[in-house]
Amino acid sequence: MSAVDAAILQRHGLTTDEYDRIVRSLGREPTLTELGIFSVMWSEHCSYKSSRRHLKKLPTEGPRVLQGPGENAGAVDIGDGLAAVFKIESHNHPSFIEPYQGAATGVGGIIRDIFTMGARPIALMNSLRFGEMDGPDGARTRRIVEGVVAGIAGYGNSIGIPTVGGEIAFDDRYAGNPLVNVFCLGISHADALVKGRASGIGNPVYYVGSKTGRDGIHGATMASAEFDEKSAEKRPAVQVGDPFMEKLLLEACLELMKTDALIGVQDMGAAGLTCSTCEMGSRGGAGIEIDVVHVPQRETGMTPYEIMLSESQERMLLVVKKGREAEVERIFEKWDLHAAHIGEVTSDGLMRVKDRGKVVAEIPNSALVDAAPVYDRPTERPAYLDDVQRLEVTALSPVAPADALLALLGSPTIASKRWVFRQYDHMVRTNTIVLAGMGAGVVRVKGTSRALAMSVDGNGRYCYLDPRRGAMLAVAEASRNVACAGAVPIGATNCLNFGNPERPEIMWQLVEAIEGIAEACRSLNVPITGGNVSLYNETNGEAIYPTPILGVVGVLDDASKVLARAFRGEGDEIVLLGDGFGELGGSEYLKVLHRLIKGRPPELDLDRERRLLELLARAASAGILRSAHDCSDGGIAVTLAECAFDSGGIGCTVDVPPLATAGNVPIDDIRALFGESASRAIVSVRPSEQAALMQFASAAGVPAKLIGTTGGSRLAIGVGGRTVIDMPVATAESVWSSAISRHFKGRAA
Amino acid sequence: MKFTVVVFPGSNCDHDAYHTAKHVLGQEAEFVWHKETTLKGADVVVLPGGFSHGDYLRTGAIARFSPIMTAVAQFAAAGGPVLGICNGFQILCEAGLLPGAMLRNRDLKFHCEHVGVRVDETDTPFTSLATKGQVLRIPIAHGEGNYFADADVIADLESSRRVIFRYCDSRGQTTDDANPNGSVNSIAGICSQGRNVVGLMPHPERACEPVLGSADGLVLFQSVLSQVAAHGEMRTAAS
Repeated sequence: MSAVDAAILQRHGLTTDEYDRIVRSLGREPTLTELGIFSVMWSEHCSYKSSRRHLKKLPTEGPRVLQGPGENAGAVDIGDGLAAVFKIESHNHPSFIEPYQGAATGVGGIIRDIFTMGARPIALMNSLRFGEMDGPDGARTRRIVEGVVAGIAGYGNSIGIPTVGGEIAFDDRYAGNPLVNVFCLGISHADALVKGRASGIGNPVYYVGSKTGRDGIHGATMASAEFDEKSAEKRPAVQVGDPFMEKLLLEACLELMKTDALIGVQDMGAAGLTCSTCEMGSRGGAGIEIDVVHVPQRETGMTPYEIMLSESQERMLLVVKKGREAEVERIFEKWDLHAAHIGEVTSDGLMRVKDRGKVVAEIPNSALVDAAPVYDRPTERPAYLDDVQRLEVTALSPVAPADALLALLGSPTIASKRWVFRQYDHMVRTNTIVLAGMGAGVVRVKGTSRALAMSVDGNGRYCYLDPRRGAMLAVAEASRNVACAGAVPIGATNCLNFGNPERPEIMWQLVEAIEGIAEACRSLNVPITGGNVSLYNETNGEAIYPTPILGVVGVLDDASKVLARAFRGEGDEIVLLGDGFGELGGSEYLKVLHRLIKGRPPELDLDRERRLLELLARAASAGILRSAHDCSDGGIAVTLAECAFDSGGIGCTVDVPPLATAGNVPIDDIRALFGESASRAIVSVRPSEQAALMQFASAAGVPAKLIGTTGGSRLAIGVGGRTVIDMPVATAESVWSSAISRHFKGRAA
Repeated sequence: MKFTVVVFPGSNCDHDAYHTAKHVLGQEAEFVWHKETTLKGADVVVLPGGFSHGDYLRTGAIARFSPIMTAVAQFAAAGGPVLGICNGFQILCEAGLLPGAMLRNRDLKFHCEHVGVRVDETDTPFTSLATKGQVLRIPIAHGEGNYFADADVIADLESSRRVIFRYCDSRGQTTDDANPNGSVNSIAGICSQGRNVVGLMPHPERACEPVLGSADGLVLFQSVLSQVAAHGEMRTAAS
């Protein structure tokens, strides 16, 4: 190493081995610009170097899959010649440093991934994790919550894409490293998907959108490092979003895509111009030559290094057909955008960057993309597991069921998220047919009879206790939520949020989780079409819970058959689908009532789950269900309460089946009421349809039990014939609806 | 009959207004880009919701200078029915076609939810089929919908019965709790002196199909349909 010393390498997040690899692939020492380019392309964020060999285990194919991983987003066939294009991505690190802009630019980035594919984005969702709002870091957490929610709202509302739902959980393991995972779904003609590839020698390369500034340089590298006290100093690496600019880009790009002048397009997200240039070249088997002097710049005196590594937002790279330049430029001018011609497609497979005609970087695309290091990092089962998986339920001191229910309803993880959803425009575009917070996110597809249901789910606590089973349960829960809307799950995307993969026990969690996702997705027929891996989620050496988040998309052939969670009327019969086994391991009950993170998460029998999913979709399409709600966090008691909430105060009288093994001790009631056994749902039907439902259930091989009726204004819940909870719905609902908003009362902003 | 929906850069409820006119009401509908100068033979002009010019500077402040706004002002002056929804209302205020301005919601938060909206006056083209005091359940979706004007303007609006919509509870009471944004006198929508220009913050176009949770907003569109049908001369007068 001559000019490049250890300090420079460290600043670029590169190891000495990786540097040697660069020298080998170039056959010479890199220039500083080239080193910068390698550092971002080989960062964990862009290269997936720790996860790549394991991600290959995921099932990515299926009869409906039109586009699997590798492009800007995945796509599945939804019928009528249309495709659903969707993806989930993380923006965790920026959101901790600058919550509003970090979250806002996360939304902006995932939207660009979708319209880059030629799809019009029609729905957003998000999965968020924060610390406890009244924990030791409560004040900071509340500020982060407020900033993240406002940032998501600020971007999504302005650009006019509805945020139709999502999920939020609170745990102090996320206090120093919140998670912001954003999901977007768009609709495209199935035969008109646009690819991010460059081809056709001599075709012009255009740059469109915001000017390039010094913001976000090395953002991808930052997202690939742990946090410490100095992280706040990294603020300049967080970008600032401009949703108005993106709205113009979105409309202009979709207009351009209706012509046949476009060859390929890619947004400049992580690693900016560098990543888009070499990935488009690599996918198309071509090279791209650009001159940075033509790149619109916001600041003076920017070096080629800075221009190539900037992560300024709202920028796109396009390759168009030679001879069609005027037409392309006219479309962008209509939207007051300037399309800058910055280079050409070449035949040599090189990424060549010039500065006023002088070559400053010349790297084979294959070296950046295909020759990136792939690590088989060592794994080791963490020592903590033996201790935490041991749970003595009989040793727990009993809590009165009614008190336990109110405590759970008041836990922010379970409580109403209305304070959040109300800040999101979840109705714009008039497709939203299940309002945010009422179940899965469901949008109709105009011009067809169909609707798409989507859900994002994950339980970090489960994964901490057993990453493989926890990850499988995430797939199951997201699929079940979609099925509870009446939809057939058809595809999935995942966002894998983990700690530092260089630690063998974290790597073990990651591998276990990926294998769990693979097994569950294969069994439930939901191929993974893309996603994102976010590693190094640690602060001061403490990792977050391993948190894989699954986004599952389902299709309803008849949108009018859509279902939500709330009871619809008095006198309906309530049926429990699936069996409960009183599993308290990893439950919200243990955490909230006993401050225990212990036990193993619920067992998951994928065959049972698949049968339940099929039953839900079939019964919904037959039109015999009035409401359906997945039974998960907080068990059957919380699920029943949630069915009563937002129903206009419709109560219920229910008798929960006692556990098969019940010995009539108080803890058995608790287990029956608050255990979180998987593969269960609560549905309501008109009495006249009950027999039909039972027939459907029996044909599907799903246990179904009539457990009560809707009506009255109280939640009256018994176990094995003894009433153990009896309270006004209004009492429970007020606890549930104020648990989050009360933390922000009286605040001006 | 033809609805013309003006599209500003950053409009995002333009498709919703178009969809309602074309597919729910079965009428002719056409978009007009803000740089154009004619309304293409409109019977009704809709300024849709959204974030024109990103709401930068001030909501509606830049859109009022769009070339199309001259044609909108002429259409309004000739008595043509103009409906400004949300950002469209804000643009009408900035353009001087309606009085007052919108401040940030009093809790400084964006609100997207169904609210009660009481119809107080029925002698406008957009409320003629409603009944006085009728309570509509319609969504709002705004961060700056807190209607404000000085006392003289408010007094004038009230005395000339130009407050058309007010936020209310399910029984039609204009309580403070039912006021989502702090608007003066719970004002949700007003009309011009000629009563043909109506602006409101709630989104009636989002409440025109039962599958969306409410069809209460339909009455605004059905009203203007019946009005234009009854006064065929409107179109000739305006164009």
